[in-house]
Amino acid sequence: MTEMLEISDLTVHFQINQGAIEAVDHINLTIRRGEILGLVGESGSGKSVTSFAILRLIRPPGRVVSGSVHFDGIDLGSLPEEQMRRMRGAKIAMVSQTPRTALNPLLTVGRQISRLLMVHAGLSTREAEKRMLEMLRLVRIPAPEKRANQYPHQLSGGMCQRVMIAMALATSPQLLLADEPTTGLDVSIAAKILDLLRELSAKTGAAIMLVTHDLGVVADICDRVAVMHAGQVVECAPVRELFHNPAHPYTKALVRSIPRVDRDVVLEPIPGSVPSLVNPPSGCRYAGRCEWAMDRCRVSRPPMVEAAPGHVVACYGFEERRGTC
Amino acid sequence: MALVEIRDLQMHFPLGGISGTLARLRGRDEPVLRAVDSVSFDVEAGETLGLVGESGCGKSTVARCLVRLLKPTAGSVRYAGKEIATLDAQTMRPFRRDIQMVFQDPTASLNPRLSVRSMVEEALTLHTKFDAKERRARVEELMQEVGLGRDLLDRYPHELSGGQRQRVNIARAIATNPRFVVLDEPTSALDVSLRSRAILLLEKLREHLGLSYLFISHDLATVKYLASRVAVMYLGSIVELSDTRDLFAKPLHPYTRALLAAVPVPDPDARRDDFTLAGEIPSPIDVATGCRLRGRCPLAKPICAEKPPLKEIAPGRFVACHLVSELSP
Ligand SMILES: Nc1ncnc2c1ncn2[C@@H]1O[C@H](COP(=O)(O)OP(=O)(O)OP(=O)(O)O)[C@@H](O)[C@H]1O
Ligand SMILES: Nc1ncnc2c1ncn2[C@@H]1O[C@H](COP(=O)(O)OP(=O)(O)OP(=O)(O)O)[C@@H](O)[C@H]1O
Ligand code: SF4
Ligand code: SF4
Ligand SMILES: [Mg+2]
Ligand SMILES: [Mg+2]
Repeated sequence: MTEMLEISDLTVHFQINQGAIEAVDHINLTIRRGEILGLVGESGSGKSVTSFAILRLIRPPGRVVSGSVHFDGIDLGSLPEEQMRRMRGAKIAMVSQTPRTALNPLLTVGRQISRLLMVHAGLSTREAEKRMLEMLRLVRIPAPEKRANQYPHQLSGGMCQRVMIAMALATSPQLLLADEPTTGLDVSIAAKILDLLRELSAKTGAAIMLVTHDLGVVADICDRVAVMHAGQVVECAPVRELFHNPAHPYTKALVRSIPRVDRDVVLEPIPGSVPSLVNPPSGCRYAGRCEWAMDRCRVSRPPMVEAAPGHVVACYGFEERRGTC
Repeated sequence: MALVEIRDLQMHFPLGGISGTLARLRGRDEPVLRAVDSVSFDVEAGETLGLVGESGCGKSTVARCLVRLLKPTAGSVRYAGKEIATLDAQTMRPFRRDIQMVFQDPTASLNPRLSVRSMVEEALTLHTKFDAKERRARVEELMQEVGLGRDLLDRYPHELSGGQRQRVNIARAIATNPRFVVLDEPTSALDVSLRSRAILLLEKLREHLGLSYLFISHDLATVKYLASRVAVMYLGSIVELSDTRDLFAKPLHPYTRALLAAVPVPDPDARRDDFTLAGEIPSPIDVATGCRLRGRCPLAKPICAEKPPLKEIAPGRFVACHLVSELSP
């Protein structure tokens, strides 16, 4: 198959005094070569934890309770730590959601990138330096020769973010986990960064998982979208299908409230709140806020069903309404 | 008198490194990065002023000067008529309750050793006379308002998601009923639903308690919704300052035009301005003379070699561009 990433039945828990936080609950996701998958969903729904789990960076009291992650056919869970470390530097890269804290505060940003290139791409000092400057230029950092000599705290928030992106792209990874790569960037720089991501996937066949709250970005560059809610993937579809025919009530609410500059913003928060992930309800985790909720929803978790070719959704209410409209 | 008055604010950072050492050895002035150059604006009581502009143009630096996490190189910051630009940590203390900030980087600004509860409570202990029970109740009320479950109260920052940390920041900033809050990208890590909730909360506080905000964001749709006036910054200076409606209806400064034209609109029929800037983003390290947009501006004329002043071209509408009277109808 051409799956670059295959996540099956992944579950991640964090043990605390009150019990286990069920941060990621039996999720399945695949990304093909050259594909960009958007991962959207509520704040706290498990998007970042999923990325960390792929990289095997979940630390105690966190624990991968079930499931497997295959990268290019390799079961990452079975790799010795040493090999996994090499994967992380060269083949799988991540753009962290918190760029400033993810960068090393004691090294100039130029050193951080060139060091990575020397260790993981085997470049000489000179070559690494050259490629580093080229990368900084690509992510639109002005005067890169000067900026390379600065420390993260001397850069603006958006510049740290771009340094992070430069670092992630430097080794031409085959899988890129980009966690909110364009928040904090103005629209024109954000557009340039998205071009770079598109280019990476088109030219090198890299698979990209793009975590974002910005549905405009999703519409712009993703091929498929997965929607997470309270630790679960509740819907997954090709991007057009998701925008035109959202099936899950949570997805419908998201799509409805995309803000647009050319219209007056209508603010419609989804009423109610996310259930606690410690001993969450056994049925649908959206039931407390869903206008379609039925008795059945509170009893058992809705299974994933196919809504259309390539479009899956986990919702009893959808199944019930299917024939009728 | 406006609640906050900024005049000719300047923040220059020494570049350090080799170039700095060399300059000092040669007895020259150390090269500086001109992050903020001669910025002036007011924030009225009960007003939301939006601050927008390219990444790296100096928005967070203005913000950090306002809440006095930075001591400005020059210029004046008056809060309720009192000069605070020159105060030290001790003399600044009485203002800390009134002036709060939500930081752009929610992770770096939370104390990793304090639980969510202690962090929000700390502000109340420092700045209010609430007893323990009142503090507890207030913390729980705040958590609910920003959409955080009670089960998060005993967690530490590293045990939270990005958006959860951002909401702790918001809760902490509004806990003491401050009068002026600087919001630096306060909702960037929130999904649309929680973002709406946070924005409605901020609006409610402004309406009921008369809070004032400086709202920094790249999210122009939200700026349009929240701000009554907007200041547009480019490379350390304000290039346009205007009533929000007028600005979005008809941006006048070439940078503002390009900024608004670049916003993607998910509608093929929308009428749009295809105004774009050429060339590379300049750096605040070697600033050219004259208009700072000159190298990229498609309208530039020889006169642009002189620095354009920020001029009031209509009541309440300020633009720093030599050609703007020619641009307006
Ligand atoms: N180290 C940890 N210990 C305990 N709980 C954690 C830890 N890391 C994350 N969590 C919890 O796991 C859940 C999922 O977190 P995650 O960071 O994946 O959310 P997210 O979808 O990335 O949200 P956001 O959009 O706000 O970044 C959250 O409820 C969070 O509180
Ligand atoms: N402590 C510092 N030392 C040196 N330079 C700094 C420091 N803080 C900020 N700068 C520089 O000042 C300029 C403005 O940075 P600032 O963080 O204010 O930008 P910003 O408009 O908030 O950008 P963003 O939208 O990316 O957050 C940048 O060129 C940055 O590198
Ligand atoms: S399963 Fe039931 S409660 Fe859950 S989203 Fe569907 S209809 Fe709503
Ligand atoms: S002053 Fe000249 S260069 Fe500057 S924005 Fe106006 S037209 Fe363009
Ligand atoms: Mg996250
Ligand atoms: Mg900033």
